[in-house]
Amino acid sequence: MSNAANSGRALPRAGCALPRAPLPWALVTPALGWTLLFFVLPFLAMGLSSLTAHEGGGFTLANYSQFFTDPSYWRAMVNSLEVTAIVTVISVLLAYPFAWILAEQVPERWQRLALMLAVLPFWTSYVVRSYSWLLVLAQNGVINRALTSLGLVAEPLQLANTRFATVTGFVHFFVMLLTLTIFANLKQLSPSYRKAAADLGAGPVRTFLHVVLPLTLPGIMVGAFLTFVLCIGDYITPQILGGNNELLMPQLVMMQIGRRGDFPLASALSIILMAVVTVAYLACARWLKIERA
Amino acid sequence: MRALVRIASWLYALAVYGFIFLPVVVLVLFSLQATSFPIPPFTGPSLRWYGAVLSDTRLTSALVNSLLVAVLSSLAAVTLGFLSAWGFARFTLPSSALLRGLITLPLTVSYLIIGMGLLVLFNWAGVPKSLLAAGIGHVVINLPLCFAIIYSQMGDHQINIERAARDLGAPEWKVLLLITVPVMAPAIFAGFFLSMTFSWDEFVISFLLTRFDTTLPVEIWNLLRSGLNPKTNAIGSLVFAVSIVLVVLFELTLLRRKPA
Amino acid sequence: MTAPLVDISSVSHRFGQQTVLKNVSLQIEPGSYTVLLGPSGSGKTTLLSILGGFVNPSEGKVFIRGEDCTSVPPAKRPTTTVFQDYALFPHMSVGANVGFGLRMQGVDAATRAAKAREALGLVGLAAAFDKKPHQLSGGQRQRVALARALVIEPAVLLLDEPLGALDLKLRRQMQDELKAIQKRVGTAFIHVTHDQEEAMALADHCVVMNDGRIEDEGPPERVYARPATRFSATFMGESTILQGNVTETTKGTISVATPAGAILLPGTLQPGAKVALAVRPEHLVLGAAGGAIALGTAEVSDVVFQGSFKRVLAASTLDPALQFIARAPASATVQTGDTTAVSCNADDIILLTD
Repeated sequence: MSNAANSGRALPRAGCALPRAPLPWALVTPALGWTLLFFVLPFLAMGLSSLTAHEGGGFTLANYSQFFTDPSYWRAMVNSLEVTAIVTVISVLLAYPFAWILAEQVPERWQRLALMLAVLPFWTSYVVRSYSWLLVLAQNGVINRALTSLGLVAEPLQLANTRFATVTGFVHFFVMLLTLTIFANLKQLSPSYRKAAADLGAGPVRTFLHVVLPLTLPGIMVGAFLTFVLCIGDYITPQILGGNNELLMPQLVMMQIGRRGDFPLASALSIILMAVVTVAYLACARWLKIERA
Repeated sequence: MRALVRIASWLYALAVYGFIFLPVVVLVLFSLQATSFPIPPFTGPSLRWYGAVLSDTRLTSALVNSLLVAVLSSLAAVTLGFLSAWGFARFTLPSSALLRGLITLPLTVSYLIIGMGLLVLFNWAGVPKSLLAAGIGHVVINLPLCFAIIYSQMGDHQINIERAARDLGAPEWKVLLLITVPVMAPAIFAGFFLSMTFSWDEFVISFLLTRFDTTLPVEIWNLLRSGLNPKTNAIGSLVFAVSIVLVVLFELTLLRRKPA
Repeated sequence: MTAPLVDISSVSHRFGQQTVLKNVSLQIEPGSYTVLLGPSGSGKTTLLSILGGFVNPSEGKVFIRGEDCTSVPPAKRPTTTVFQDYALFPHMSVGANVGFGLRMQGVDAATRAAKAREALGLVGLAAAFDKKPHQLSGGQRQRVALARALVIEPAVLLLDEPLGALDLKLRRQMQDELKAIQKRVGTAFIHVTHDQEEAMALADHCVVMNDGRIEDEGPPERVYARPATRFSATFMGESTILQGNVTETTKGTISVATPAGAILLPGTLQPGAKVALAVRPEHLVLGAAGGAIALGTAEVSDVVFQGSFKRVLAASTLDPALQFIARAPASATVQTGDTTAVSCNADDIILLTD
């Protein structure tokens, strides 16, 4: 190891360029290209399509005006917003105490298992999960069978193909999702906050109300927003569980493609749906930033 | 007071667990009876419908298609995601934040709209509906996910590790193969695994972009047209079982990898 | 060999709008232990990165063994770097880490293993060959990083705050080891730190940096005893600084007006020149039986017991803005609130003209 000065590697001649400029672009271009080609371009195509007439293909705003003038189309948007709001509120209200119990009441060594069990049905396929609720809620399904045999109802209740069924299916999925996010949030809270609050004389209830709840609120908002976005864009659950008794926006979109091959109208409806989500995001984003500061 | 809270907690947790498990239990239970309708009363264990599922070539080929699309699209997504994450983390590129935002943008758009866009584009371009088209869509939804996961794990420490390798004489491709990929392996693996799950379970994009050869969720959807059908129960239970096995394996490998 | 091993010639560097190195020139002799000392933001780490090839200087050249290496990539330079966070490859064993550089040179596995063991032996970690980095303590990782960098026999070894992550006791112990290893292998070491004790303990050649410039360089004894600038008088150890103006010059003696009174010193400055006089704490005398130059009286504001001595802070009664930093014996009875005479000897006053 001695004699270091004249050992080692031969030096190249001077002037060898250092950062190979093309390399970073070669790394990021495939991903950027993919996104431009298969995400941005389709979106532009959809925008263009929404401005063309289904018959003939000339420029028109009819697809948009149809949405704003036809009350049945309006109705689908209102339904979507109502269902999404109901689902979001119920899911948060159900999931928060559940996540709190998992994080605070379950012994540490069982928490991982308890959490894995709580999200186990995630691992069935999404389509199958909705179908399973159909089994539960059907005219001759488990619930109706139980109710009639207990003599609580004389006639089986109409549970499937209702808004109730759609909401139930959604709440099932989002309770699991929100339990995960809220649990992570609660576990991230440093125990010293709680100790400090207790040390300063706050009881468990006040500690929860004044310390734990406000500190987990931003996490809840993120989870609630995620619920909103995923819920309002979902086609499977309302189609399987709600049936066609009342239409939600995604069903309306799919209907234009399926029945009539009306891509322009479907495109216009998709863009309107996306606009609603964007508005919700902008409204939420400001609120979230204030919370975080 | 404390005891009361505990009892209330237990009851509440049990009720929520019950709600969460109810449909899955019903699904699996009634897949195990021989009658033509998966409804009560339970008439007792039979594997009749599992046999029916496994001899249904439409379902089994859909299952193979799903696996194929999931594996290949996830490989593509994780490769593109890794390379771009590496590029953005290691080099200062002009308007880097904007470009990174562009790559993650699809995360904020619902699958229905991504599928619609591709449908309109492919329709105009004359690209036929196929598994390939669905796979392209799956890369669109999973690439931002892989990118975000891997990018978030590339910290300053990793940068120094790569510098050390370069300093010791490693050419760029050896840095990539011997250092970056092994060090980033957990993030790369997590990205791949998540992509697999999402692709495996994805319905709307596949529904819009495939026709004859299709994926398992779409084939199950087709089964639903016949209403309550024990075959659907059986295939659903099978998917569930396979997923659980995979998740447990994933957990075990993760736990085993954790340093002592 | 008369040419310097490393010759940094008029190097400047900018990050965007900010100039972090301003026309720095420095020469490193073979076999020397050079320490770059400075506060954070002084440009010392940038200078090291330029030497290692991780940063291309905006201006100037770097010659190593007479060859222009300014834009040679790190892999092709006869330098290796020991990183502050050690940058050990977490997925490889200690042996594989140390053998990595040889592997890149195409050395066969058996030779690699033998050399890696030898290098690990040099740093006292022969037993760790098969361990993974996460099984080692901070000090051990540091040594592995050192072995990994030394095994490919670089002409210059660059160390970026190598002891920064270690606790104080371990740091002092590693200092001694670093110095011993350097003497044994004979490789030139260039070591960046902000810890002046570390610099004094290790350096053959100490380079004090501030604000992108070299303030002072030379053997640490000289830099300490006769700092060239006010910055190095206060950064490399503490000093009491007396601001002053030259009022008179006669036959090689100048008279300097300071807040503590007029002081006569050897020198040839013009009257009116602004100067600063620095006195090291151990050269300030507290109490009546003092040195030849009286600096007035001062009120003791703080006494900190430091084991072998007491560090005394006192504000001048002539000008409360003047703060004396003195060192009293551990047995001294000085207390906060005492008023004491302060004096020193003319030889111990460092005249700074910046």
